[in-house]
Amino acid sequence: MRLNTFTLAIATLAALAISSSALAQKKYDTGATDKEIKIGGISPYSGPASAYGAIGKAISAYFAKINEEGGINGRKLNFISLDDGYNPAKTVEQARKLVEEDEVLFIFNTLGTPPNSAIHKYMNGKKTPHLFVATGATKWGDPKNFPWTMGWQPNYQSESKVFAGHIMETKPNAKIAILYQNDDYGKDYLKGFEDGLGDKAKTMIVSKISYEVTDPTIDSQMVSLKGTGADTFFNITTPKFAAQAIKKAAELGWKPTHYLNSVSASVGAVMIPAGVENGVGIFTASYLKDPTDPQFQKGKEWDDWLAWMKKYQPNGDIKDANNVYGYTAAQGLVQVLKQAGDNLTRENIMKQAASLDMTLPMLLPGVNVKTGPDDFFPIEREQLAKFDGKTWVLFGKVYGR
Amino acid sequence: MKPLDRKWVWFWSVLLLVGLLVLPFLVKNYRVFQFNLVLVYAIAILGLNILTGFNGQISLGHGAFYAFGAYTAAILMDKLGVPYWATLPAAFVVCFCFGFLVGFPALRLAGHYLALATFALALAVPQLLKYKGIEGMTGGVQGLVLTKPEPPFSFRFLDQPLSADRWLYFFSLAVAGLMFLLAWNLLRGRVGRALIAVRDHPIAATAMGINLPVFKSMTFGVSAGITGLAGALGAIVVAFVSPDSFTVNLSIFLLVGVVVGGLASIPGAIFGGIFIQFVPNIADEISKSAPAAIYGLLLIGFMYLLPMGVMGGVYKFWMRMRTKTAG
Repeated sequence: MRLNTFTLAIATLAALAISSSALAQKKYDTGATDKEIKIGGISPYSGPASAYGAIGKAISAYFAKINEEGGINGRKLNFISLDDGYNPAKTVEQARKLVEEDEVLFIFNTLGTPPNSAIHKYMNGKKTPHLFVATGATKWGDPKNFPWTMGWQPNYQSESKVFAGHIMETKPNAKIAILYQNDDYGKDYLKGFEDGLGDKAKTMIVSKISYEVTDPTIDSQMVSLKGTGADTFFNITTPKFAAQAIKKAAELGWKPTHYLNSVSASVGAVMIPAGVENGVGIFTASYLKDPTDPQFQKGKEWDDWLAWMKKYQPNGDIKDANNVYGYTAAQGLVQVLKQAGDNLTRENIMKQAASLDMTLPMLLPGVNVKTGPDDFFPIEREQLAKFDGKTWVLFGKVYGR
Repeated sequence: MKPLDRKWVWFWSVLLLVGLLVLPFLVKNYRVFQFNLVLVYAIAILGLNILTGFNGQISLGHGAFYAFGAYTAAILMDKLGVPYWATLPAAFVVCFCFGFLVGFPALRLAGHYLALATFALALAVPQLLKYKGIEGMTGGVQGLVLTKPEPPFSFRFLDQPLSADRWLYFFSLAVAGLMFLLAWNLLRGRVGRALIAVRDHPIAATAMGINLPVFKSMTFGVSAGITGLAGALGAIVVAFVSPDSFTVNLSIFLLVGVVVGGLASIPGAIFGGIFIQFVPNIADEISKSAPAAIYGLLLIGFMYLLPMGVMGGVYKFWMRMRTKTAG
């Protein structure tokens, strides 16, 4: 038979089709298959930081929604979330279990600075993505030395600098007392604060007292801080202790200008247990829409979030900002996985995580998520807010890059 | 009664040895890591057994010596760059001294009071380790992250590489074998008989010329040293130490291991190690919401079926088999 042009054309097209499908081949690392993506998570469902367990639950609930809608690129998300009780020794154990026994593709939003510090070297040694860690310590944004670890929320040192800047502007002669958790999280906030005050740090800070996360209460520390006669208070505590501190300050009749770190700025988890009347006037920094703020309780973003809460977390606390945090972080990850497509290698996951430029529905207007090969801090912008007894009222400008 | 045919003893021992050597290549790394912990706990239980089983001094504080050994190894490796194998004898010496210092005043205490005093030590240890003054050395509440030693050579066997965990398995196996041999040697001679005499009837033992204070303190020291060495090995295997890794639970679990394995039994320590490493995991799998309750139930069941521990059960079984052949 003579090879006519028609046959040749068909043959060429067929050859191209076969080769292009070879090019678009799926690539998997351990934990990813055609049907599912295994994701590991470690949260403090028990122990002194168990208020943050709500974040892990929210993430599971969001993944349930994604799975019900068909998954990502046809793959379901299998989220294996283990409890570490905020105990770094247990975190090491759970991380080993997730990576070596459950063989997850990567771990996501592991919570707490001490727990994450304990597995930092291990995850990088195992070349497994340690993604969007639920802590703002400055050390997570170090792609040169730890290319497999990426932070998520605004880093603590820049947040403290915003507070320090505000104090310098509004109360340059303040006498500041500080309560901080004695671990890398507390010390990171403290360093940023002292750097922000610069030379005046020595004269302005009259007292800094620490507590251990395993302490039952911080009452004695509060009494000592009040005794120094300070008129400004920087409260570097996790939710359980933040509530105790606010309550104790009110009981002692101490009414300083109170700055609360963003990690404990949840109305449902902190302000209500502390007594809302005791929290009036407290400053914090926000990057998420607080669910108790009436100005955000409308519009498509709110409706979506509320519908998700009602369907997938009917027993969840609508006033708890941790539910907004988990929702937003999960959305961030979904975007990374969508961008990764069928190339689900660990290297590509990190590459996609380092190429983000988007906004998410429950972030404050003006706050975005942006990463690059040298920029492992996805969220960097924050706005100051003041508690009015019901919600955090935003004011001023949006700080950050 | 037929004595045990020596041929068969040799055969089964060689088979067991081959099995132990091949085991890490048959399972995944994570399982090998768990086996390493079994060996570490077995050594720690051996230490406690010498004190409690053979010498009758109840200690609810051996977790403290384990912690001191672990931190000695961690500080030597992390801050002073000492090679990992050298930290083991160092940990033994440090914990021997500690044990002796604890054992000396403990001479005045007996039974429940000694248990309480050692319990107090176990409770205090996490707080002591978090003490701000020594934070520079101990890493405070965040602890110290260590690098796992790499194997000195590499090969593949049964299609599995000699990973760091597998290398540490062989290392731990060698250390455990050595400690068990030393303990067996120590206890089958004069010293062993003296320890048991002191446990069963201290006044008669003194009358026979055994120097009670020296003996009891030395036993405390040796026991603490062995558990401290186990702690150092544990720190290397896990590659992480923190104050909250060594709560009072550890001390209690070590005692559980002693009882489950069999009091005053050297091979029982292995079974004790297997129990305290794997049974909590089994309990976790059975129930996510109340694993401690399941663990308690399993422990009670175990005590009901084998009140003298595993070795006690083995001994009873053996006796029953021998009387059968006699009849």
